Amino acid sequence: MSEMIATSGVRPRQLTPEEIAEIEHEMTLYPDKKAVGLEALKIVQKHQGWVSDESLLAISRYLDIPAADLEGVATFFNLVYRQPVGKKVILFCRSVSCWIMGCESVRAAIREKLGIDYGETTADDEYTLIPVPCLGDCDNAPVMMVDEDLHRRLTPEKIDAIVAAYKDANDQGKGA
Amino acid sequence: MVTNPLTKNIDMSRPPLDLNAYEAASGYQSLHKIAAGLSSDDVLQQVKDSGLKGRGGAGFPTGLKWSFVPRGEGSPKQKYLVVNADEMEPGTFKDRLLMEGDPHLLIEGMIVAAYAIGASVAYIFLRGEYVVAERALRKAIAEAKEKGYLGRDILGTGFDLEIILHTSAGRYICGEETALLNALEGKRANPRAKPPFPQVSGLWGKPTIVNNVETLCNLPGIIGYGNEWYHSLTKGKDHGTKLFGVSGKVKNPGCWELPLGTPIRELLEVRAGGMQDGVQLRGFLPGGGSTDFMLPEHLDLNLDYEEIGSVGSRLATGTMIILDDKTCPVGMVGNLMTFFSHESCGFCTPCRDGLPWVDQIFKDLEAGKGKESDLQVLLDHVDYMGPGKTFCALAPGATAPLGSGLKYFEDDFRRHISEGKCPYGN
Amino acid sequence: MAKIIVDGVEYEVDSDNNLLQECLSHGLDLPYFCWHPCMGSVGACRQCAVKQYKDADDEKGMLVMSCMTPATDGAIISIKDQQAVQMRERVIESLMTNHPHDCPVCEEGGECHLQDMTLMSGHNYRRYDKKKRTHRNQYLGPFISHEMNRCIACYRCVRYYDDYAGGTDLAAMASHNHVYFGRHQEGTLESEFSGNLVEVCPTGVFTDKVFSQRYSRKWDLQAAPSVCTGCAVGCNTTPGERYGELRRVVNRYNSEVNGYFLCDRGRFGFGYVNSAERLKVPVRQGDGQQEELDANEAHQLVQRLDGKIIGIGSPRASNESNFALRNLVGDDNFYAGVSAKQHAANQLILELHRDAAFHVPSVREIESCDAVLVLGEDVTNVAPRIALALRQSVRNKAKELAESANIPQWQDAAVRELAQEDRSPLAIFSNYASRLDDVASDTVVAGNQKLVKLGSAIAAELAGESASAGLDEAERELIGRVAQQLSSARRPLIVAGSSARSMELIKVGANIARALGKRSGNVIDFALLLPEVNSLGLSLLVQKDKDLSAALGVMESGAAKHCIVLENDLYRRAATSEVDAAIAGVDSLIVIDQLATPTSAKADIVLPATAFSEHEATYVNYEGRAQLSYQVHRNHSAARPAWRWLCENPAQQVEELVDRCAESVSAFKGIASLLPDLNSMIAGMRVPRQSHRYSGRTAMKAHVNVHEPKQAVDSDSVMSFSMEGIPASKDATVLGASWAPGWNSNQSISKFQDEINGKLKQEHCGELLLKDKQASGDFFNVTADQSDANNGLEVLPAYQIFGSDELSAHAPAIRERMTDAYLSLSPQDAEQLGLKHGQGAGIAGTDYVAIVCIREKIQPGTVAVYCGTEINPHDLPERIVLNANADIAERGIRGLIVSDLLEESY
Repeated sequence: MSEMIATSGVRPRQLTPEEIAEIEHEMTLYPDKKAVGLEALKIVQKHQGWVSDESLLAISRYLDIPAADLEGVATFFNLVYRQPVGKKVILFCRSVSCWIMGCESVRAAIREKLGIDYGETTADDEYTLIPVPCLGDCDNAPVMMVDEDLHRRLTPEKIDAIVAAYKDANDQGKGA
Repeated sequence: MVTNPLTKNIDMSRPPLDLNAYEAASGYQSLHKIAAGLSSDDVLQQVKDSGLKGRGGAGFPTGLKWSFVPRGEGSPKQKYLVVNADEMEPGTFKDRLLMEGDPHLLIEGMIVAAYAIGASVAYIFLRGEYVVAERALRKAIAEAKEKGYLGRDILGTGFDLEIILHTSAGRYICGEETALLNALEGKRANPRAKPPFPQVSGLWGKPTIVNNVETLCNLPGIIGYGNEWYHSLTKGKDHGTKLFGVSGKVKNPGCWELPLGTPIRELLEVRAGGMQDGVQLRGFLPGGGSTDFMLPEHLDLNLDYEEIGSVGSRLATGTMIILDDKTCPVGMVGNLMTFFSHESCGFCTPCRDGLPWVDQIFKDLEAGKGKESDLQVLLDHVDYMGPGKTFCALAPGATAPLGSGLKYFEDDFRRHISEGKCPYGN
Repeated sequence: MAKIIVDGVEYEVDSDNNLLQECLSHGLDLPYFCWHPCMGSVGACRQCAVKQYKDADDEKGMLVMSCMTPATDGAIISIKDQQAVQMRERVIESLMTNHPHDCPVCEEGGECHLQDMTLMSGHNYRRYDKKKRTHRNQYLGPFISHEMNRCIACYRCVRYYDDYAGGTDLAAMASHNHVYFGRHQEGTLESEFSGNLVEVCPTGVFTDKVFSQRYSRKWDLQAAPSVCTGCAVGCNTTPGERYGELRRVVNRYNSEVNGYFLCDRGRFGFGYVNSAERLKVPVRQGDGQQEELDANEAHQLVQRLDGKIIGIGSPRASNESNFALRNLVGDDNFYAGVSAKQHAANQLILELHRDAAFHVPSVREIESCDAVLVLGEDVTNVAPRIALALRQSVRNKAKELAESANIPQWQDAAVRELAQEDRSPLAIFSNYASRLDDVASDTVVAGNQKLVKLGSAIAAELAGESASAGLDEAERELIGRVAQQLSSARRPLIVAGSSARSMELIKVGANIARALGKRSGNVIDFALLLPEVNSLGLSLLVQKDKDLSAALGVMESGAAKHCIVLENDLYRRAATSEVDAAIAGVDSLIVIDQLATPTSAKADIVLPATAFSEHEATYVNYEGRAQLSYQVHRNHSAARPAWRWLCENPAQQVEELVDRCAESVSAFKGIASLLPDLNSMIAGMRVPRQSHRYSGRTAMKAHVNVHEPKQAVDSDSVMSFSMEGIPASKDATVLGASWAPGWNSNQSISKFQDEINGKLKQEHCGELLLKDKQASGDFFNVTADQSDANNGLEVLPAYQIFGSDELSAHAPAIRERMTDAYLSLSPQDAEQLGLKHGQGAGIAGTDYVAIVCIREKIQPGTVAVYCGTEINPHDLPERIVLNANADIAERGIRGLIVSDLLEESY
């Protein structure tokens, strides 16, 4: 790959040993490096919360995938974040079953409680709300995921409790 | 004999069976049959004879699909099996149940399929949000490897199989098998032209079979218990059982394994407990977001590929979405249009540029800004984005609820325009 | 021959093609976007829908995309079918939902494929009344402007830039109707072929930035068929002029040479023609004084020179100018204006051209070769269009695989998917890492001695001799592999040439090709690269021993009284001290040129010459192909075509000169056939340079005089400076800017082709001058150049596409991409010498300073020197000693695009 003639001056960052180890592991699973690009983006996101330009360039360099191609992949997929997100990401199902079961009122409750709508992050960087296609849990609609936790049969009222529970867990974590 | 081969081990109140428990429940029989000398040709023949059709939505005969993979001398050495576990069809929640509830069933099915087509590497392309399924599958794969059911020279058969779990990063189009292959290769998940079909030139240009999770979960039973048993399962023309789901305003939404050919009414009224109090059935999408609406008058039809097809819809994923009389059909279709429009990969023109226009019209209709002429634009798009005109099946899928919605609920569309608002108060 | 029926009419087709291509080949109007004749089909735009019927009884039919459907025998289709018509109209309607209504301010307007297809589809009323999505544009460097809002997402740009041209910094991003085609971040497009995006994009997303700065509509440009003078490939171009200024250069299709594509030097390197530095009047100069001369007086002065005159010709001047100089001074006094070494290489190359064992392939032929060995050439920077062709040659493997898998060649994505990284072999033996290394099967980066050694081993291996002497195991394996690849190929190709300044390497290339030929009994493709547009033409006009050293010797000795230098800067051709001494030895030095040079600065008489677009002339490219380049526009200064200064008749017509040249120089006997016969034109009418829509002609001079001047009469050629005459409609005999009814864009070329990708109707592809072969020669006895390895570093010449060519280096856009002179060093040598990347280093024994560029792959002990415009390469000894020096020249090497830099320069 050739050298970028860049005007912005963004430089690749150093990948961490953990990131490199995980990327190296993925490289054993696929016959070519390009296939690992998306995996590497996810790995970096897992560690950094999102994929910055510096991270993207670092992966590009490490895997020898042109930055433009990697960007093409990163921006194609819904779950690769090319902008900073909050500490917790709410994946909010807005597909048809959840819609029928009233997800819009839940969305309104989140807006009221946290002050964020789709694509927004709370001022304290705690939550980012992202709409997703059907989460495949339609018999429990409406549903949303907060990080890896699935919350089912949501009602506007339940939002308070869910947020409070995360706050408690967070506070305890800090105390410990 | 077993009548619910797909879900017999599933009990969501406990963790899924581990390998030993799964085997104790007569699991991995098909693998042992292979070890005892069942040839890959035999497996292929048996699956062909079973009449199994793909459960991902398209309903293509599985054995026939496999038979297109080049076999024998001179065929490419490397072949791949890929599991389409990227369940993202709106209103569809069946594969999640199988993977979270009985991961070894899928692995056993994969072993059968890989053996039949001669694949030594299999990828599971799993939806990124399915973290519970991911954990269950990782554990099961590790157990199977440990036991020697995966790896090199499995049970002395000379057959090698490595299963690699790939988690995706969220994109409906990856459910399209060729788009999925591009995603696995680390590319943008645009679909590929067919022909050439993946069976000939698939993953990294090598012969590849892409099967849905549920399809593969049928295989242990077919090989383990035989076709006579398998053919006895059905109540209708198509063979086997299938997962059927119901979501929407019913008393008991859920997912059940039923014989194909079960009446729709039984699914809706017995299994799902009928409509919630205070609402009436207005219509339903029989198999996920890309199927045509059906009406209450169709309830006595059977859940069978052909029968559902006879009224212009498709059985597809078999997961039904219920429209009740208090829910705005325009809003429901509009919701689907937002989904399809956002999930278009952006490759071909009708899908990329047609869907956003349609979506925008729905937003205007809901906001009371709809115009009479918008309806013609919508109708034109049903034709324009239909089968054969787009690069893949995504936009034609969108035209299913759109076209049938316009046909069955025309008055609702007109009321949005004449009343200048959503009559359902959205 | 297969037959298909289109709307009831039967057509003969090639069933290996798709329906769209066949319909277009037969001149039918069927709109399309994503399909491209050179790039096949992907089925993205859905614009080319037609109705296909199963058989004669099928009345319903089915819509298919014609680009994705094979033209199988018996296929019955309809373009006019109402459903198909409606589908095509709807596709345009869709595309227009986001396309802005900005044609009036869009550079593409008037030659926009989207406009043409919109009209063709019948879409004329916009129903879409919602908001359009908008994008931000990117800065893409000095050549290309970006306007993403116009994008119709046909994916042609990335398919061309990445898949075809091997670029890595342009990609499709995002999805659904937000798809975006751009770079990861703003910055200059790296590909040397980025300019083709302007022509590949069917609308105005990628436009010519240089043209935009002095813009005119296509129909307002005066244009004529021309030949690029940027290198020895001789790509065909159509320059366009307005108000006396050359505004742009676009590709002109030639099925054998450049096809649909140019390099960026060729497209953007014309700017010197408009330069304020152009010489405009004849001057007499000396003692710091300049005196303008009357043009006729100056002409007489040249004609009346007394005493012995010698003439120094030029590889960047036309055959006619060189021939005229030769006539004036006499055969014996005519010298090649190239260094002794270059002249010797040229003569050797000429000898090889005539050898019956070899064939020098055209660019098109190079694309079809399926195993290639490049010896010592930096093809991308020396003959860029050939590099693009070599990039296609490696795809022959994919085509072969596709054929055996029954995948049609035009199924572009499927063919690529099937082949993955499987490529036809391309071995590159070069002095420094090349821009083709990414598709090379083997690369060796070394000094010439080692390349000669390895090449000789390949020749020996192929000749069945022992090849292992002095090679290590890895080298033996390499030699065996390359020899095997070449000998088992259907059409092997050896690429060599003069750029490494090693006669031995050319001979080694010849030995390899000869050995291959002896094995197979075939004539072997042997591409011999030369540096300049008319290197070969000049060589054909000059006696073997008349190189520049000889000329300088004659001058210095005082044996010549006068010296006429034709379009040449001697300070680029020989050591400064030698040139100084030679000039001091003559009474008068007469320089004819377009721009002032260090040589013209020392001249007694300087005569202004017209530039390539200002006169009609012929040039001979690397394969011996003579091509005619027409005058595009007039030069309004006193500049004349050089031959008009040199011929006795000041109004000498070029065509008569061409005829004379054909008569008097045997190698040129075929050249007269290049001239179209005015009598064969309809009713003797000329071919207009201006389009029938040319506007504002009467007002052009209105600020000077409201009376419309009479149109200038062109007595030289079959073309006229006018709108009147017989334009090329379906006759491509003299085809400048192609246009056909309903087809205003460059895509109209299909209307002039025999068939898609075929020859132009009535086209003259040029005349191959070296067709007559002599008996096959013998193997050369090659001994590696011996040089003292103890002192300094071996100098290897390095080239830059932007900068190495003398004239284009004066174009403002090109200057933005140029680097300063640099010294490519291995990390080991740099460390030993205490040199750091990006620092200046002085070259011992000279005043030259260049920038240190540390590159991983450079062989220790060698230094690849790019001389830029600062260093006279002939002042450098064969080995140089470097000293650390902090002086850094202004441009630096920031624009250097190479794969093996250890540190970035930004």
